[in-house]
Amino acid sequence: MPAATRARKLKLAVWKFASCDGCQLSLLDCEDELLALAERVRIANFLEASRATVRGPYDLSLVEGSITTPHDAARIQEVRQASRYLVTIGACAAAGGIQALRNFRDVKEFTSIVYATPAYISTLDRSTPIAAHVRVDFELRGCPVNKAQLIEVVSALLNGHSPHTPAHPVCVECKRRGTVCVMVARSVPCLGPITHAGCGAICPAYGRGCYGCFGPSESPNIASLAAQWIAAGATRSAIVRVLRAFNAAAEPFAAASKAYEDDQG
Amino acid sequence: MARSALEDMFRAIQALGYEIVGPTIRDGAIVYAELKGADDLPIGWTDVQGPGSYRLERRADGAVFGFAVGPHSVKKYLLPPSLRLWRATRDSRGAISVEAGTENPRKLAVFGLRSCELHAIAIQDKVLAAGAHPDAHYASQRQHLLLVAVNCMTAGATCFCTSMRTGPRATHGYDLALTELVGERSHEFVIEFGSGTGMRVMEGVPHRVAGDAQIAAAGEVTRRTAAAMGRGLETDGIKELLYANLENSRWDEVASRCLACTNCTMVCPTCFCTSVEDRVELGGSVAERVRMWDSCHTMDFSHLHGGSVRGSIKARYRQWLTHKLASWIDQFGSSGCVGCGRCITWCPAGIDITEEAAAIRATDLRKRRMVAANES
Ligand code: SF4
Ligand code: SF4
Ligand code: SF4
Repeated sequence: MPAATRARKLKLAVWKFASCDGCQLSLLDCEDELLALAERVRIANFLEASRATVRGPYDLSLVEGSITTPHDAARIQEVRQASRYLVTIGACAAAGGIQALRNFRDVKEFTSIVYATPAYISTLDRSTPIAAHVRVDFELRGCPVNKAQLIEVVSALLNGHSPHTPAHPVCVECKRRGTVCVMVARSVPCLGPITHAGCGAICPAYGRGCYGCFGPSESPNIASLAAQWIAAGATRSAIVRVLRAFNAAAEPFAAASKAYEDDQG
Repeated sequence: MARSALEDMFRAIQALGYEIVGPTIRDGAIVYAELKGADDLPIGWTDVQGPGSYRLERRADGAVFGFAVGPHSVKKYLLPPSLRLWRATRDSRGAISVEAGTENPRKLAVFGLRSCELHAIAIQDKVLAAGAHPDAHYASQRQHLLLVAVNCMTAGATCFCTSMRTGPRATHGYDLALTELVGERSHEFVIEFGSGTGMRVMEGVPHRVAGDAQIAAAGEVTRRTAAAMGRGLETDGIKELLYANLENSRWDEVASRCLACTNCTMVCPTCFCTSVEDRVELGGSVAERVRMWDSCHTMDFSHLHGGSVRGSIKARYRQWLTHKLASWIDQFGSSGCVGCGRCITWCPAGIDITEEAAAIRATDLRKRRMVAANES
């Protein structure tokens, strides 16, 4: 690794946009690694952990959340300008998050139902990923992110290698851990075959189908998986619902959910 | 040997210093895991298998081995899903030391292996343990195995070992082979010795020399199983058939169903592909290389400079099937398929290797070319 980075601590900032804070908390969750991290990283802005903030520029910005307001759309530009590397963390930042369900409806209808005085609400029609606004150096998937992958990305930057976060399906991780396939053995609908790996296939290990937290895998064959579910008794509206979760706006999940919605056979 | 002596057999194997693994029920399937005693076996259970479907059911006869193969195979012990190959540490003065990550082999007795699986081990031996560069972990673990085979009393609906000439009767490669005889009033095992170690196990177990009737009954068990084989695969000229049909439109059809999920390769007892991942600890002074199961169905697996050379699901499925049934023959001198049916049962899309091979044969492009030539 370059001597310069070794001598100088990496200046890290964590930013929050529209999100639940869960991904930031994954960083605090890295108890075993926090000390090693503190040795190599200076946390300059991380409001979940400390109110002390340091002015930019930053070597690495971790960005959580999606863009849902005009104010945030402007703020992300500032973050980009102040950051050498910008890494997004989590499904909100990579795909718009659960709040991107608005993208399929008229947001004004929602605000009029939810808020007493909708006129005070300044919000965009759509929840969009960070990459729709600024250049992103790396996207870390997941709802929430996997803490080992989070450490891997920071470590990769510190140690000068590319991060290892494979885009193959969850089934790979599921089979490596020896789990009995819930689709085959119990006809439980599982999104594993079309979902990006990274979680370690937690849900099937507890007898549940994968919820698709990490979004689409490298080559998802949604039509074939949906056909299997329909053969096992699922309705088309059930397929729309499972595709519309934390990664509802990620392609090709979004296009597929629209197609199944339009064609409610 | 009487059914009641099965427990003695477990104790005798353990007394020789072996840990015992074998079939047991977990999460609705018969998997391979540690067995403390004979009671951990799936006694009185059977499996009902089909393309993309697996269910356990009770049997009326209390048979100990009345099922076919499950999602696991010996592969998980010989070629573990994840294995650290080495670990390097840099000390404060910058000196680097490397330690091998390979664990010491365990003395492992695998109980209840089927004939197809013995053939799969023989295939993996050829790939991983023979030649100029044997896989160190595989080769050493392989020498510490005790293999107790069972001749199949039922064939799964996805089994086709008779087509691949790999079963259902175990002919070699075992230390002991059992045939279970479940009668109206008797329940016993006919045992065949395959090695000196196998004989030593039986020294401590009550048994007597089998009579002609018992030997005949044991032969009848596997004859019945062979006659009840769930599926078949025509292997005649299959290599030439597949090589001549790389452009067959059937590959497009199967690609529309294939999820590229890798399940078929993960459960296959002969698939051996792995990739390595280098990990560096945050501090930058410890690095390790880990080898993990990988699959020709992922994009990364054929990633060369600039991208994946098998970018489509069609290209990846075709690669898998033609390697398994055709180019394996050129590469290792035998088919890469032992007809165990795992890839059929555990494919979430229910894709069936025998059906795909038959569909290619039915639409053989060479035949069409001949017809076209005759017509012109
Ligand atoms: S349980 Fe889900 S993730 Fe696991 S192998 Fe089956 S389909 Fe894939
Ligand atoms: S290709 Fe399928 S049937 Fe053949 S050995 Fe592998 S898993 Fe078994
Ligand atoms: S053939 Fe079946 S198990 Fe294999 S990759 Fe395709 S869908 Fe998955």
